[in-house]
Amino acid sequence: MSQKSDIIADEFLKITSNEKVYLLQTMIRIRTFEENVEKLFFNKRIPGFVHLYIGEEAIAAGMMANLKIDDYITSTHRGHGHAIAKGADMNRMMAELFGRRDGYCKGKGGSMHIADFSVGMLGANGIVGGGYNIAVGAGLSASIRKTKQVAVCFFGDGASNRGTFHEALNMASIWKLPVVFLNENNQYASTTPSSYALSVASVADRARAYNIPGISVDGNDVIAVYNASKYLVKRAKAGEGPSLLECKTYRIKGHFIGDPEKYRTKDEIEHWRGKLDPINSYSKYLMDKQLIDQKKITKIRENAENEVAEAVDFAEKSPFPEGKEAMNDLFSFSPNKYPKAVQ
Amino acid sequence: MRNITFSEATREAMREEMHRDPTVFVYGEDIVSQGGIFGQFAGLPEEFGDRVRDSPISETAIIGSALGAALTGCRPVADMHFADFVGVAGDEFANQIAKNRYMFGGQVNIPLVVRAPDGIINQAAAQHSQSVEGWLYNIPGLIIVAPSSPATAKGLLKTAIRMDDPVIFFEHKILYPQKGPVPEEEFFTPIGRAAVVKEGSDVTIVTYSLMVQKSIQAAEELEKEENISVEVIDLLTIKPFDIDTILKSVQKTHRCVIAHEAVVDGGVGGEIATQIQEEAFYFLDSPVYRVGSKNVPIPYSPPLEQYVAPHVENIKEALLKSLNKI
Repeated sequence: MSQKSDIIADEFLKITSNEKVYLLQTMIRIRTFEENVEKLFFNKRIPGFVHLYIGEEAIAAGMMANLKIDDYITSTHRGHGHAIAKGADMNRMMAELFGRRDGYCKGKGGSMHIADFSVGMLGANGIVGGGYNIAVGAGLSASIRKTKQVAVCFFGDGASNRGTFHEALNMASIWKLPVVFLNENNQYASTTPSSYALSVASVADRARAYNIPGISVDGNDVIAVYNASKYLVKRAKAGEGPSLLECKTYRIKGHFIGDPEKYRTKDEIEHWRGKLDPINSYSKYLMDKQLIDQKKITKIRENAENEVAEAVDFAEKSPFPEGKEAMNDLFSFSPNKYPKAVQ
Repeated sequence: MRNITFSEATREAMREEMHRDPTVFVYGEDIVSQGGIFGQFAGLPEEFGDRVRDSPISETAIIGSALGAALTGCRPVADMHFADFVGVAGDEFANQIAKNRYMFGGQVNIPLVVRAPDGIINQAAAQHSQSVEGWLYNIPGLIIVAPSSPATAKGLLKTAIRMDDPVIFFEHKILYPQKGPVPEEEFFTPIGRAAVVKEGSDVTIVTYSLMVQKSIQAAEELEKEENISVEVIDLLTIKPFDIDTILKSVQKTHRCVIAHEAVVDGGVGGEIATQIQEEAFYFLDSPVYRVGSKNVPIPYSPPLEQYVAPHVENIKEALLKSLNKI
């Protein structure tokens, strides 16, 4: 299955215990945000289509710990976790979900279109497979501007069947662009199992067609994600070109909030909720290594709950935009005026 | 003023802007070794190295990556090879470049240009002859321009590259070898403003791209043959088109014909006609007529192609109808 996984060093061993705890903290912050979003949605405080990241937190946490603020990511319709891990502000995220003026997109985007360009988060994307080429362009831009930035493209197993996957990976490969294509294989494209819809057992196998490294790791193991990401990000920044990292995981919640989930059994979901849950398994690891105790974990959870409560408060205090604000932001120039001509 | 070709004029615009700004770069299919199928990129690769690139045949990657580059500090110019291939990258046009600024609440600008050679030439048939501005017109978030001469090609391209919004630059393939006067000194053609290229008092023609010269010819012939005074407006910017200049003219002439090479049905002409009747209905003395290609794909065989395409004669006929002379 995985090519080259044997040459990935255990860089995780070298990081400080604080950094190790930080990974757990990121995962718990994402989980707490998402659990609250689900409740708020059911209480009709959040409208729209919302896709939760619960169960997949190790991937965002493990990758983003290897990125700097000026590195880029492109995200998916299931993007809250990516935004949080990249450093986005929960207040503005929650305000956006509430459709308020102080949201990241001033209420124009919602859950599927959160972006924060100030932290290199180039946007969630409602079109499955829409992010690949944006990441390729960010990598191309880094190469034209001669910087050492990397672009990481998050995408799902379903998106790996899009034609854009082929065009993006081929272009990134021939131009040796600093892009890591990070597949979150959560086993379902909406209702369709990846075992049915993919011609290969592992998305990483598709890397061979582009002559780039393809690595597959357990996406619920934050240490494995961290190590593989470290290797591939470093490689991209050294000018060695793009790569494909598959992180196998499981979407514990439905495709969207309210999904009747007729395509899978309760037993299957329960199987992934217990020991395999990335937060449970990593908490246990840290406790076994005596890097953290239950009290500290409880404290992290409380802090995360407080952060989310504050975000909800911020969102509720932010006004709804007025209807006419819908006419702003389409162009850099004012609506109904000629574009500023360069004279 | 010297005379240079349309192709040379676009090349000058590229050179000047690429010298000025190191974040401007250009890529597309068959640019480097061939210099573009119409020679419009000749010499640029030697001068600018890897800022002029051949891309694989990957239209979604060309347009999608242009967006990614525009979001991250560059000013890319992407070449579509043939405008007909816009459809291959349909999602990138409709859902990505047009929407990113808006749906992210105006956090970023999108300074990118897509160059798209369009129009009927040399029996290129159904998939290499189209004028597809109508496909894109219905998408909020795109600016669409179409030069009609070497000077407007240079001026519009330079303005487009300096704009902070996505501009689709349609260049008619027939125009590339045509020569025309272009100032030696630097100049810009404003986006969003039409030009009255011929003044007249009896009827207005609103047109753009290659149809501008056909419209002028029709106007001049009718002036001689029928003593009719025709005003010709070159839109230059198709979206947002300069309704003020159109209305001013129509309020003077009370009659209007719209001419474009794209298929008439569902085309940009319909939108222009609608806005004219909404804003100046009581100034009109006759219906607004449209001239364009007939409602079929562009066929191959010369007599078929000839039949479908709009010609000077079609414009003259529409003008005479507008004047109740036929």
